[in-house]
Amino acid sequence: MKRRLLLSLALASLPLLASAQQLTVSAAASLTDAFKEIAPRFEAARPGATLRFNFAASGVLLQQIAQGAPVDVFASADQETMNRGADQKLIAANTRRDFAANSLVLISPVQGAPAVAALADLNRPDVKRIAVGKVASVPVGRYTQQALESAQLWGALGPKLVFADNVRQVLDYVSRGEVEAGFVYRTDAELLKDKVRIGMTVGGHAPVTYPAAVVADSKQAALARDFVAFLGGAEAQAILARYGFGKP
Amino acid sequence: MPSELWTQFDAAPLALTLRIAVVATLLALVLGMALGWVFARTRLPGRGLLEAICMLPLVLPPTVLGYGILVLMGRRSALGAWLREHFDYTVIFNWHGAVIASTLVALPLVLKGASSAFAQVDRNLEAAARTLRQSRWSCFVRVTLPLAWPGILAGTLLAFARAMGEFGASLMVAGSIPGQTQTASMAIYDAVQAGRDDLALMLSLIVSAVSVAVLVLSNRYLQRPTP
Repeated sequence: MKRRLLLSLALASLPLLASAQQLTVSAAASLTDAFKEIAPRFEAARPGATLRFNFAASGVLLQQIAQGAPVDVFASADQETMNRGADQKLIAANTRRDFAANSLVLISPVQGAPAVAALADLNRPDVKRIAVGKVASVPVGRYTQQALESAQLWGALGPKLVFADNVRQVLDYVSRGEVEAGFVYRTDAELLKDKVRIGMTVGGHAPVTYPAAVVADSKQAALARDFVAFLGGAEAQAILARYGFGKP
Repeated sequence: MPSELWTQFDAAPLALTLRIAVVATLLALVLGMALGWVFARTRLPGRGLLEAICMLPLVLPPTVLGYGILVLMGRRSALGAWLREHFDYTVIFNWHGAVIASTLVALPLVLKGASSAFAQVDRNLEAAARTLRQSRWSCFVRVTLPLAWPGILAGTLLAFARAMGEFGASLMVAGSIPGQTQTASMAIYDAVQAGRDDLALMLSLIVSAVSVAVLVLSNRYLQRPTP
């Protein structure tokens, strides 16, 4: 009887032991594929540590952290979202490091859609719908807004814009041919080369750089700092480079 | 509540939600009454299976419904390509897409209400009307429909409340385009994502209040015993 009680207590405490080394990383949607490849390398370098990812638009991730989600590391696709996190004291500001860079591209479906190779093409009547990230919560949406405002097209194109939850949804809309054009990062477009065509690299926006930081309420602050440092290391940088990310 | 919320408040999502729910409920009413009649009164082969398929949107994940509409009516689908080619029309990123999704989720509620109401109508009264030389149609409009109406109306009100709450499938098909396809439920979702809790709360309260009113009305008809 006693032994059974001890055994059940031991079994019940297993999840606690397992989660002792578990790190939850909230990362921008554009990092999905690279981070999934980085995870086993980090776990190999830190035996006993397991990574758990939560991918979404950076603004949504910050919102979750603000609501008290148990997150250890936050990796954003822009500085603005991370600044907001710092202002709200949600991240440990001294742990913040830029680890990657990207560029904004204009894409269109490979099949059955007009070629779109310049921002001015978006004014054409055969370009009916343009997918962009939601400006309030999706960094790629804000970069797109800045670029289109620089080109003085944002207002005129307004009625054509379809707002997506994150950069991968923009990619999905374009690859399915439901819209004639969309704005994503180069790394996203490279993933679906057979379905989407890169029309041009877009300028006129803040540089696309990715900061990572330890979340202020992290219960695994030391391991979280290790992961942020790991992102800047040679192994992780090689993987990021293979997916097309630049150095910050 | 801060006054800036009132000045920034955009009623368009609420107006669009009502428009979509009204159109979807009317479509579901016509379809649901026709199908309810068929299921209650005929011995159509495969009736059970057909009824199960019609009821499916009630239990399916909204994502399945949304994906289904995309596959069947998206631009790459046969129907979607044809509509686009000949009429330059698409339901994708169009509020009509949200109407289709809402109609499908509302239909089972009208259908259930209508088929049980039709089944409960006393056939002797209809037979009596027929002996008085009423045509089949006139018998339906003057005898069957008035008797079945409370049950149908209760189902229709539930359907309206359900159509107002549609979110997932509509988002997948119609997208969240402010001023064009952004319904109240999508505006709440966007507000939460953007950290606009005040706006999310206000819209949630308005939507809840309207839904409660509709449900109270629906209950009133449900509790009235069918004659």
